[in-house]
Amino acid sequence: MSVALALPQRARRRYRLRRVLTEAGSVILGIVILIWSLTPVYNMFLIALDPEEGEIEFDGNLWPPEPSLEGFRAVVTQEARYLENFWHQFGNSLFIGLVTVLLTVLIGSLASFAVSRMRLSKGSLLANAALLTYAIPASFLIVPYFRIMHSYGLSDNPWAVIAAQVTFATPFAILILQLYARLIPFELDDAARVDGASAAQVYLRIYLPLMTPALAVVAIYALLLAWNDYLYPSVLLAVRNMTVAVTQGQLFSDTDAPWNAMMAAAIIYVVPPIALLFVLRRYVGASLTTATISI
Amino acid sequence: MFLVFVVYPFGYALWMARKPSLYAELISDPSYLPTVVNTLLFVGLGVNVKMFLALLLSGFFLRPRWWIRALLAVFILPWAMAAAQACVSFHWMLQEEGLVNGVLSALFGINGPVWFNDRWLALGSNIIVYIWKWMPFWTVIFFAARMKVPRDIYDSAEVDGATGTRRFVHVTFPLLANLYLLCTLLSTLWTVGDFTTVYLVSGGGPAGLTHVLATLGFHYAFDTARPALGVAAALSALPVLIPVAIVLMRRLKTSEVEL
Repeated sequence: MSVALALPQRARRRYRLRRVLTEAGSVILGIVILIWSLTPVYNMFLIALDPEEGEIEFDGNLWPPEPSLEGFRAVVTQEARYLENFWHQFGNSLFIGLVTVLLTVLIGSLASFAVSRMRLSKGSLLANAALLTYAIPASFLIVPYFRIMHSYGLSDNPWAVIAAQVTFATPFAILILQLYARLIPFELDDAARVDGASAAQVYLRIYLPLMTPALAVVAIYALLLAWNDYLYPSVLLAVRNMTVAVTQGQLFSDTDAPWNAMMAAAIIYVVPPIALLFVLRRYVGASLTTATISI
Repeated sequence: MFLVFVVYPFGYALWMARKPSLYAELISDPSYLPTVVNTLLFVGLGVNVKMFLALLLSGFFLRPRWWIRALLAVFILPWAMAAAQACVSFHWMLQEEGLVNGVLSALFGINGPVWFNDRWLALGSNIIVYIWKWMPFWTVIFFAARMKVPRDIYDSAEVDGATGTRRFVHVTFPLLANLYLLCTLLSTLWTVGDFTTVYLVSGGGPAGLTHVLATLGFHYAFDTARPALGVAAALSALPVLIPVAIVLMRRLKTSEVEL
């Protein structure tokens, strides 16, 4: 009798112990993840808040003894060396990013509409050809690109970068949009056609509104690609017209550069996409989910 | 559009690198072979470790706790951050007197190594930075996929006695296997073309021993003004890349049929 009673109790205790252990384990894992994710960001702030220029060494203080916003001030007023054109470059980043988004969404949605809705016989071929682009990584094509843009007379022109970014963002856009388009029933198109809608009207009135979540994802993807890319702007643009993404990397062997201002610029630069991502995170989550289940 | 911006540059690349003598020169270049080894290690280790950790972590983030949800928001920060800026930050962290060595000596009294003076340490740093940057993205993908697994499957598995590791091996993993494979292939293709990480973290140093094909091609083309050789270096990866892309396309198609 006593054995029978003791057993469940011991089992219960063991169960409780295990739950406490899992809980403790996940807290520890959480702390590890936190440190892992934030250390480089913390390092950026450490350098940016240092009042002295070019102080990249770690001096044993977990927080700068006298943090100053000098670095940030120098960036915003464009006083820092190498950052004389900060706002111009920032505007350039913005321009390239926004145009890339617009073109990618436009081309991607038209192509995916054609492939998935118009019942083209060669439709899947087009989608596959676009996917095949991935066999050739973007960075491998930089040399021919550079030459070609030069011969088109587009060297040091933001449009050269835009063309490159749109090219490399479109295949993924078509893939995501096509997967998402399968969730929209064909009956809707047919009904609209019966009512006399043209293909363009079906595209504008039915396809686009229903695809909004997927289009948001494609837009974010294209924006991050264009905003964060280093290689293409660094090669295709001259210093004055570069995007901000490039500036820090260009000087990276120069320890005498005003690194506090450099890091301050880097922090200013990385904030907009992060903010955007958090604003739109509901869309991102929803659409990634649909994309993954369709795969 | 596709024709003008992909096919034409690609054809141009082939045309630039048409001479067989270029490849002979490439192979006789002492930095080419180490670069191939580096690329294999960078892609092989980087992609697989990242994917596996992402799969495990996606399970962790499913735990229904408010603070884990909040942690997920912090965790995806690296993905949203510009790669160049993050890499520069890592570069300074791993300097001789950078943050990492500072912390090592303060906590454990170890004199940290000079990370970028040793080929393997530098390569390892590159891989770690790469994982830091790209793991969150794939974690979110797996997280989204796992949320869609119906609860009843887990319930019935639990009735049959599958919990913990066994549940992961016999239930979760088979369900996600197809997605996992697709993502790994896609990520492999993307990673071979990863230029920024290697270029900005180790810079290819010491003595050009940590180059991968993407940075070596860039180095030939823009530092030593041998564009044709640079293109040839990049194109030498194609015999591996094209089959991967074809498998990926096939996979995508068959999984479409299954649904």
